[in-house]
Amino acid sequence: MISIGAALGQATRPALSPTDIFAPVSTPAESIFDLSLLVLAVAGFIFIIVSGLLTYSILKFRKRSNDDGREPAQVYGSSQVELAWTITPVIIVLVLFLATARVIFSVQGAPHPKNALQVTVVGHQFWWEYRYPGLQVVTANELHVPVGEPTFLDLLSADTDHSFWVPRLAGKTDLIPNHPNKMWIEPRQTGVFLGQCAQYCGTQHAKMLLRVYVESRPDFDRWVRQQAVAAQADDPPSEGRRLFEHTACINCHTVQGTAANGRFGPDLTHLMSRETLGSGIAQNTPENLRRWIRRPDDLKPGSLMPPMGLTDQQLDAVTTYLTSLR
Amino acid sequence: MSTTDSVAWPGTRIGARPLAERLHGWVTTVDHKRLGILYVFYGFTFLLIGGVEAAVMRIQLIRPHNDFVSPQIFNQMFTMHGTTMIFFVVMPIVFGFANYLIPLMIGARDMAFPRVNAFSFWLTAFSGMFLYYSFVGGYGLYGLGTAPDVGWFAYAPLTAKTFSPGHSTDFWTLALLVSGFGSIGTAVNIIATVLSMRCPGMTLGKMPLLVWLNLVMAALVILAIGPLTAAQLMLLVDRYLGGHFFDTQAGGSAVMWMHFFWVFGHPEVYVLVLPAFGVASEVIPVFSRKAIFGYPIMVAATIAIGFISVSVWAHHMFTVGMSAGGNLFFVLSTMAIAVPTGIKIFNWLATMWGGKIHFKAPMLFCVAFLFQFLIAGLTGVMLGSAPFDWHLGNSYFVIAHFHYVIVGAILFAVFAGIYYWFPKVTGKMYGERLAKLHFWLFFIGFHLTFDFMHVPGLLGMPRRIYTYEPGRGWDAWNFVVTVGVFFQAAGILAFAVNLIRSSLRGRPAGSDPWDAWTLEWSTASPPPEYNYASIPVVKSRRPLWDLKHPEDPDWKYE
Repeated sequence: MISIGAALGQATRPALSPTDIFAPVSTPAESIFDLSLLVLAVAGFIFIIVSGLLTYSILKFRKRSNDDGREPAQVYGSSQVELAWTITPVIIVLVLFLATARVIFSVQGAPHPKNALQVTVVGHQFWWEYRYPGLQVVTANELHVPVGEPTFLDLLSADTDHSFWVPRLAGKTDLIPNHPNKMWIEPRQTGVFLGQCAQYCGTQHAKMLLRVYVESRPDFDRWVRQQAVAAQADDPPSEGRRLFEHTACINCHTVQGTAANGRFGPDLTHLMSRETLGSGIAQNTPENLRRWIRRPDDLKPGSLMPPMGLTDQQLDAVTTYLTSLR
Repeated sequence: MSTTDSVAWPGTRIGARPLAERLHGWVTTVDHKRLGILYVFYGFTFLLIGGVEAAVMRIQLIRPHNDFVSPQIFNQMFTMHGTTMIFFVVMPIVFGFANYLIPLMIGARDMAFPRVNAFSFWLTAFSGMFLYYSFVGGYGLYGLGTAPDVGWFAYAPLTAKTFSPGHSTDFWTLALLVSGFGSIGTAVNIIATVLSMRCPGMTLGKMPLLVWLNLVMAALVILAIGPLTAAQLMLLVDRYLGGHFFDTQAGGSAVMWMHFFWVFGHPEVYVLVLPAFGVASEVIPVFSRKAIFGYPIMVAATIAIGFISVSVWAHHMFTVGMSAGGNLFFVLSTMAIAVPTGIKIFNWLATMWGGKIHFKAPMLFCVAFLFQFLIAGLTGVMLGSAPFDWHLGNSYFVIAHFHYVIVGAILFAVFAGIYYWFPKVTGKMYGERLAKLHFWLFFIGFHLTFDFMHVPGLLGMPRRIYTYEPGRGWDAWNFVVTVGVFFQAAGILAFAVNLIRSSLRGRPAGSDPWDAWTLEWSTASPPPEYNYASIPVVKSRRPLWDLKHPEDPDWKYE
């Protein structure tokens, strides 16, 4: 009942939530939305009929206080009635099946234009890696896509199962190691769309948030150009950069154009171009960045990044270096 | 054993036998009734434990960014809650019902294999305790316990040594492996008993529906437990003998684990729900004072559900990237199962139609069962529509859906069954007022929790998250969901007080307090160890109706 109310309400009102499945802004999510309205209407109709019959029978056929104590007429069954309530559900099921089949084919069988943007999404415990083959862009946790054109996502996993779910853009698809998956989105509206990992992947599954930035084509192109350049090398290297490159940081992190080429953690080349830290859990401010480097577990207990045991001075230096990575 | 043994329900006077001797009698018993009681008692004990785990999760989720428990503890809680409720609560309780009732209902003196029966129970009992030992011994012998935290369906490769060091996953694997053997033993026993121990005159077509439903349930157990057991063995090989079945880093397949698990997991849902249907099919006719409507169709629908239920498993996997054809097949089979299930609901309704409905506690629970099972079925159809499932799957909507099945349908039917047969099992009447208090508290709590739980799912809240961000529109819903838990807990308290008080001080119930029609009501309450002094002979599906209405017996119409 509640779901029906929510659905009908959502058709006319703005989203109740940034992750409302009934406020689609992208082609696959819209096809699902249309199907869900049909399914909800059928389910609601059946609910009203059957619960109405149930309510009627418990009111009408309850034992009265002036009951004569005799047993009611014993009825053992009726073939006609049984036939009726077998055939009716069969017809309803067929209708729902055909409607469902249409949407499955329209989403899974969508044509894949050659010039469509292609992004490889790699799920990690507990963050997202985005690689744009051909555009020389590698980034983390914040996916940028152009509005009004389809983007195809290749879904891979570096470790356990994950699931990519941004409800206003598309249904979820799992990222499974050794089992490459595909999905696509075609957003119709610019803005930031939220979601999060929807397949339990370990301790910090809850804080593996998704942010998709849908931008106009010129904005998107500008972003790509900015991401494609290597980090400006400062000469001579700053104290923070020296520390960064002489501790274990570079085992996991990449900063293009420097010695840091680790692949285990997010690429930091353009760290300051991102709005959030730790897969969307905190605003990307120097204070939060410093807290994060000091002890990642304070913000995200169970995160796989270890505390490096830096002194306050060293923390300041590394933070200063990282904030220079624009 | 002497015949007085069989009335050794706690609190009944059975002479001056010392407590130790009476307990010893319970441990060594092979009597189907005592084993049935042990199963149910065991299941309810674990229900309390699993309930506490649920409450911990709900308190953690009462508001965003709460820090009642750590993520590690939260992940253990949902793993243990799910595993406990499926394997060590609902399965033991339905096996307990089957054990206690089947021989009585078919006019037999015991199950076909009494010692296998006892062995199966103790395997199950051991495996539950073994699982909980992980809290103490999960990291080896250092007293550093950690319960399994891989989720109750333990998707690969999270269970690989790389991601799950220590032994917590092994406790989970071995506990399910061992309880699986117990389940198969019981299932074989049920099938053998039903097929070969029926009293004269009771053809398959004259068995009470509860017996039919348990027969199909037992067949499903045998089909379903095998793949689960195989998967657990393969996982052990991966973890200790260098196998790579599910080890994706060495080329194993995570998707194969999903198939193995759900080939078990979906029939398992019907293993749990068919016995609940059985209870409803006995209680609704008696309290409506009418014969069950459409008995042959009910049996046919049960068998149809049994067959279809083994072909729907991958509807748990619509998001793992199956081909369109694969998705279509599982959409069709999943929706097809709604047809026989719908037939059952209509037949129960038709049984009530034109009757004289007595709203005693068992019937109240059954009416709520009908209402809630209807909703569970309809949300099931929504989830069965694969594209809709791409949103709903793994969200709080699916949690609400299957709790509607397992609590709203199965647990409500279990409560109906407990109140209905309590006078038979103990010879005492339960307290009706306290039972109604239990009903209303639990009914309100259930709806507060699980109605409102659908909504955050529709608003994008995934399952298994220990905390969530503010500003997603989930806060108020989660608050109400948590409030409902306390009503449910109060209901369970009323239930426990009622059972304990009534078994100690309830008024004598007599052999047939409900004026019912199946054979178990023809023997004493509690039944003697041998059940029937002379084996009954039946001519219809309602032998006691025939006896009470010689002028208008059922066998004239069947």
